[in-house]
Amino acid sequence: MSYLVKGERGDWEAVVGLEVHAQIVSNAKLFSGAATQFGAAPNTQVSLVDAAMPGMLPVLNGHCVAQAVRTGLGLKAKINTRSVFERKNYFYPDLPHGYQISQYSQPIVGEGAVLLDMADGSTRTIGIERLHMEQDAGKSLHDQDPNRTFIDLNRAGVALMEIVSRPDIRSPEEAGLYLRKLRSILRYLGTCDGNMEEGSMRADVNVSVRPKGSNELRTRAEVKNVNSVRFVMQAIEAEAARQVAVYDAGGQVTQETRLYDSDAGETRPMRIKEFAHDYRYFPDPDLLPLVLTDEYIRKIEADLPELPDAKKQRFIADYGLSPYDAQVLAAERETANYFERVAKGRDAKQAANWVTGVLFAHVNETGKSIDASPIGPEALGQLLDLINAGTISGRIAKEVFADMAATGKPAKDIVAARGLTQISDAGAIEVAVDKVIAANPKQAADVRAGKAKTIGWLVGQVMKATGGKANPQMVNELLKRKLGG
Amino acid sequence: MSLDKATVRKIAYLARIRVPDDALDGLARELNHIIGWVEQLNEVDTTGVEPMASVVDIRLPKRADEVSDGGIAGEVLKNAPEPVVAPGADGGFFAVPKVVE
Amino acid sequence: MTALTGLSIAAVRDGLAERDFTALELAREHLRSIEKARHLNAFITETPEIALARAKESDARRAKGKALGPMDGVPIAIKDLFCTASVPTTAGSHILDGFTPTYESTVTAKLKAAGAVMLGKTNMDEFAMGSSNMTSYHGPVKNPWRPKGREKRDKNLVPGGSSGGSAAAVAAGLAPAAIGTDTGGSIRQPASFCGIVGMKPTYGRCSRWGIVAFASSLDQAGPFARSVEDTAILLAAMAGHDPKDSTSAPVAVPDFQAALKKSAKGLKVGIPKEYTMDGMPAAIDALWKRGVAWMQAQGAECREVSLPHTAYALPTYYIVAPAEASSNLARYDGVRFGLRVDEGGTLDEMYAATRGEGFGAEVRRRVLIGTYVLSAGYYDAYYLKAQKVRALIAEDFRKAFEAVDVLLTPTAPSAAFAIGDKMDDPVAMYLNDVFTVPASLAGLPAISLPAGLDADGLPLGLHLIAKPFDEETLFRAAAALEEACSFDAHPPGFGGSP
Repeated sequence: MSYLVKGERGDWEAVVGLEVHAQIVSNAKLFSGAATQFGAAPNTQVSLVDAAMPGMLPVLNGHCVAQAVRTGLGLKAKINTRSVFERKNYFYPDLPHGYQISQYSQPIVGEGAVLLDMADGSTRTIGIERLHMEQDAGKSLHDQDPNRTFIDLNRAGVALMEIVSRPDIRSPEEAGLYLRKLRSILRYLGTCDGNMEEGSMRADVNVSVRPKGSNELRTRAEVKNVNSVRFVMQAIEAEAARQVAVYDAGGQVTQETRLYDSDAGETRPMRIKEFAHDYRYFPDPDLLPLVLTDEYIRKIEADLPELPDAKKQRFIADYGLSPYDAQVLAAERETANYFERVAKGRDAKQAANWVTGVLFAHVNETGKSIDASPIGPEALGQLLDLINAGTISGRIAKEVFADMAATGKPAKDIVAARGLTQISDAGAIEVAVDKVIAANPKQAADVRAGKAKTIGWLVGQVMKATGGKANPQMVNELLKRKLGG
Repeated sequence: MSLDKATVRKIAYLARIRVPDDALDGLARELNHIIGWVEQLNEVDTTGVEPMASVVDIRLPKRADEVSDGGIAGEVLKNAPEPVVAPGADGGFFAVPKVVE
Repeated sequence: MTALTGLSIAAVRDGLAERDFTALELAREHLRSIEKARHLNAFITETPEIALARAKESDARRAKGKALGPMDGVPIAIKDLFCTASVPTTAGSHILDGFTPTYESTVTAKLKAAGAVMLGKTNMDEFAMGSSNMTSYHGPVKNPWRPKGREKRDKNLVPGGSSGGSAAAVAAGLAPAAIGTDTGGSIRQPASFCGIVGMKPTYGRCSRWGIVAFASSLDQAGPFARSVEDTAILLAAMAGHDPKDSTSAPVAVPDFQAALKKSAKGLKVGIPKEYTMDGMPAAIDALWKRGVAWMQAQGAECREVSLPHTAYALPTYYIVAPAEASSNLARYDGVRFGLRVDEGGTLDEMYAATRGEGFGAEVRRRVLIGTYVLSAGYYDAYYLKAQKVRALIAEDFRKAFEAVDVLLTPTAPSAAFAIGDKMDDPVAMYLNDVFTVPASLAGLPAISLPAGLDADGLPLGLHLIAKPFDEETLFRAAAALEEACSFDAHPPGFGGSP
């Protein structure tokens, strides 16, 4: 099912490419020793090099190179053993040198691919064109003073990877999946934390449209610096619709840079006229070409963790999980590790259900990460053991879980303290069942008369009477036997 | 390749150097003269020649990923024509005429 | 008039060691000469307090028996392109008005650590762009040499450039030595015009950190002095790997002085035939031939070599250097330091007004040329082409050095010319660097030493070029040539003499 925009005289396809700027996880900046931490007081994480003082010179952070290579390998991409840092020259107050050190004609990473796990279980490949390293710019604050813009260079010089996809994306949904998958891979690798709110991952969205079925590539517009997956998806919708309207009105789409206004739900052109986008790229004469040996690349490759795609396949093969469950569990490294520890020596599907269901709901509520939860994988495993041993029912287990989350106590202790042990004694259950049948003659009669559904209600009454502790299967069976259902 | 007044104006804008209108013709003449002179390089056959990538025969050095700099807001802002003290008094800003995005 | 100005570094070193005088006396004498020679305009900023303080520290060290080395207590002048902490640094430009670095360049920090006594920051062509010191915002520098002969005697001459102030200071005896930078000849050519020794080391030999950048792939710091030995002593204190400069070579600094003692016997000297140019003044040609004879007399073997792409070196340089400069000078925008011209308009207008007013005509020309040759549609035809020709020029030298150890050429195509000359045609000014630029493009070490006087009594230099990181051979050849030509002329007023 393809995504189409309805025009006045027919349907249109969206052709989308994403340029993601991912801040490299590192202690110091790409070419200076200043810190990269988010949220510091203005201009306190700036070296003289970052401030472009006269006579200052760049020195490359080796760790950032390794992170870029790692990322390239994680994107199944070609690593270029020779790459060149070039200067991209333009004037802007948050760019103190008047140029950004980037890589243009010879980036460190070439073509690769990202696999999307589609909702219907299929996979779709989005091509990666390239990945290169570049410096981030500082920050301009326009709202601090009516007549002045304030400049904070803390972010100037922080290492970024620019990851450019091929224009293979065809819908907002695919764009969302792509960003989530990319973020997942980057977090797995530890090369970027993917935190879009803090700006450590930002997307520029290139959108063009074409009549459904055509192969042409029409003029595209670029929606810059979109800082959430949701906004990226909305921006694509808004921009595609805008472009279709332009064509329908007989106009032409201009190649321009736009911003997404999430309140208005539309894109608008940036007011700075970027006329003469002439960046005059040339190799930075303060640096030399970056040459990597095969050995260097091999070492990094050997150190890669199992990535989401491989993990997903392994979860399907080894644990018999559905592709959907496997993908959900593999999306984050911490989640996958958690799941495997729970599943060890236990029923994997049950473990999967509990992790993706009850545990996720709890983690989402706290807003923290799975590793910060007071319920560790061993503790959850013990809870499952209690269910499987028949000590408690699945329903009671959910209550116990809530208690574990609140108190941090182990399941066993909670069950004992609250006397939640399941009643599996046939005699005790029979007593309770008989009481309920006696107290509810109408419903009992209904069941005898063939209304099978009412059994559920009666089971409920028995559970209530036993404080939820009766073994529900046994209650059900006994009721059926007694009422001849 | 000859530079006309319009081209000079465009280049001057790219370089953000204000050139008074009455100086443009003279400047165009000078620049044309220089460009005309350097164009003799076209006489050289450079087929198959790699452009010089580095003057000195060494590898690109790399630094360790350590925080070894920064925390010098005072120094960084010392020469600023219009420094602004941050409200929290820790650090400060450079100020420029307002930019509208 | 004292005997204290006009001493070589070696003589200062020995005199201080022998307690013939103190560093303080030396500093005072030089500061006095500087005062008396202000009409030369060699200095932009004099630093008498720093000089006296450092001189006192030097004497105190020496008294404790802890003298640092040959440069301890030696007064020097520093080109205003080196950032010096707490001392205004202008690069000869209006746009750096008020700029006082909070940091010290690596080279000047090394000199300070070696005990050198900074007398002041010398005048220079703006942003090191020039061959005459006439483009300085702070006015031209007068060459202490004056032409002989009635009609010409009142003419003021240029000292050469861009390190004109440093050269003039050393030539006039205002300092035993000075440092400058050489991008296309900016040390060697003024050395030739001022009758002193000036040297550009191999690219990567000295750190560029803290030197206001002009053309990153060409700029190199280097010494001026009045003898080859002195330049070797000074270079030793300046050179060394700097991890803060990615183009700094991680090579050890050899014992340059030891190289001076080796004779030139068996040295192979190449004479590049393409350096014989149309219209070359007879005096220059004659001096060059005398140079060949001198080297032969010293036991060297001279032979003709070919550097086929020589004629293309200047146009190559005048594409590459402006291109790099156009990018390096983008940071001068009135935001974080220096001049700001804010007329109440937009930010773009502030940039344009600041740079329009802050940059002089030559800088503006070169930044525009540089912007043009990098711009879309022209990059391949100009910049890329120039970098290819540059590779060919470097290859010419490599091949020549398979057969010879050094090359001998003239330094400049003329003696010092009058202030105000050659200002009508920028290209005429560029031609001053015709002999020095090729070695810059190839990153080779080169030296100019005074070898003779022309008919007007003005100094002419000879130029030696050696292989990368082979300053030892360069010094060896230069010492031999210096001995052979026995140049001992001085400009009027030198060393306090009338």
